[in-house]
Amino acid sequence: MSNLPADLKYTKSHEWVRTLADGTVEIGITDHAQHALGDLVFVEVPEAGRTVKQDEPCAVVESVKAASDVYAPLAGEITAGNPALADAPETVNSDPYGAGWLMRVRPATGAVAAAELMSAADYQKVVAAEGG
Amino acid sequence: MAFIPHTEADVAAMLKAIGARGIEDLFAEIPPTLRVSSLAGVPEELNEMEIGRLMSERAAQDGTPLSFLGAGAYEHHIPAAVWAITTRGEFYSAYTPYQAEASQGTLQMIYEFQTMIARLTGMDVANASMYDGASATAEAALMAVRANRKSKSARILVPTTLHPHYRRVAVAMASNQGLRFEELPYCTVEGVTLPASLAKYDGEDVTALVIQQPNFFGRLEDVDALTDWAHAHGIFVIAVVNPTSLALLKPPGEWGARGADIAVGEGQPLGVPLSSGGPYFGFMTTRMECVRQMPGRIVGRTLDAEGRDGFTLTLQAREQHIRRAKATSNICTNQGLLVTAATIYLSLMGPQGLARTAAASHARSRELIAALTRTPGVRLAFSGPGFHEAVLLLDRPVAPVLKALAARGILGGLDLAPYYPELGPALLVCATETKTAEDIERYRASLSEAMQAVRAA
Repeated sequence: MSNLPADLKYTKSHEWVRTLADGTVEIGITDHAQHALGDLVFVEVPEAGRTVKQDEPCAVVESVKAASDVYAPLAGEITAGNPALADAPETVNSDPYGAGWLMRVRPATGAVAAAELMSAADYQKVVAAEGG
Repeated sequence: MAFIPHTEADVAAMLKAIGARGIEDLFAEIPPTLRVSSLAGVPEELNEMEIGRLMSERAAQDGTPLSFLGAGAYEHHIPAAVWAITTRGEFYSAYTPYQAEASQGTLQMIYEFQTMIARLTGMDVANASMYDGASATAEAALMAVRANRKSKSARILVPTTLHPHYRRVAVAMASNQGLRFEELPYCTVEGVTLPASLAKYDGEDVTALVIQQPNFFGRLEDVDALTDWAHAHGIFVIAVVNPTSLALLKPPGEWGARGADIAVGEGQPLGVPLSSGGPYFGFMTTRMECVRQMPGRIVGRTLDAEGRDGFTLTLQAREQHIRRAKATSNICTNQGLLVTAATIYLSLMGPQGLARTAAASHARSRELIAALTRTPGVRLAFSGPGFHEAVLLLDRPVAPVLKALAARGILGGLDLAPYYPELGPALLVCATETKTAEDIERYRASLSEAMQAVRAA
């Protein structure tokens, strides 16, 4: 059973979303996702200022055995990519919901409502259905 | 072991499992208009004896002319040991084995090749090779678009002093992927790209600038000024270099204040025979920060579980078998045999041997230019330093002159009319260390005769 904080929202493609005080959202990959990927050796995060559509690939996480895209859970403008991951990609493994965040996004108007975000309990069912 | 692992029963079982009636069903999504129904024009098969004879006869038609033709492929002396070793059974395959780590010798050879190319170019990291110099240039442009994250335009500035075939290959390979290639004019006096001519791009979003050194005319570009201009404007520099010349010239890793971002080139001069145009191999190098955007395979050195040195394919997560459609490219190492030859060639020559080859080629080409320009109606097109080629301007059409030379057993060079009509009758000539004073005198005397046989324009 992987770690699933109840205060976050989740996507089918294994991203988590945290709403910050300033209205932007922080995005990362779930504990389940980092465990499935294995030890990360490289993370490519988007540059601030880039506009992304919902479900658009906007980051890459590469482990010793696979490289996967990370999809934007909602539409908006990237306000920051986590600069610490360039030199320490393993942070995503050790602290996926904290220091291992990937990017922050200012949601476009209506983007939060349009996004298909799930509660921790619903995401748990998705993981279970995948055999996780 | 059977070479074809699937029996008819195996195939039938697999088709049944996926619900397909036959192999043809697997291709149903390809529109009929794109399918090749039959290969018209392909002759019936020949057996080994017949094909051997045919190829011998065709090869004999080439003859053994005295060649002063360069233009991207260069005749250098190849020590006999190079191909004697390369064709040993242990090396004699073009492919990296699929279970690559099972073949430590092959991986070590590729690793040594990467090390030599990285040192020759002055760059951080080299891949295991590309198909040829032209496709390596196109791949470098695609790589620059991925790696230069400051630029969104996918615009690539390409001097017309870059090999015309490389320009065509780049457009063919990359223009459908959204890249735009914009050609830069050259100075008609000096035959180089003037840094001042780039000023009109100041402040524009450009992804990369290609610089060939020496350029197609054999001239040396002001690589430092061009590189510094590009970097001052957030533009990547793609160096296209002749590996032999790097034994004498400043390597791309040291161009300008920061060095080129990507360096590629044609590897043929390193121990690969001309062979009527191929197969050859390309090489590609980059800075460490861009290594994940580099196409192709990379072999790394590591330690095994018992602490012994070992070699392994590395950074595979960006390759097609893992990254699928988002792979950095579909380039593999099937130029491996030529890379083997190049590695052995460089091992035998050493830095001093390569530098002597380069210096001798430069010296012979200067003697050639001096001899040929003594002929009435022949003059040098461009002033300034060059490596081992030069453009000569003739006062009469080049094609019939070359034909008259061919009748005398001499390949006189490349007629530039199809590529640079603005130059008028122009001939690109080359001399490497393989040419003697007698060879040069023979060309001079034959050119004199050939010129007289062709009426002035």
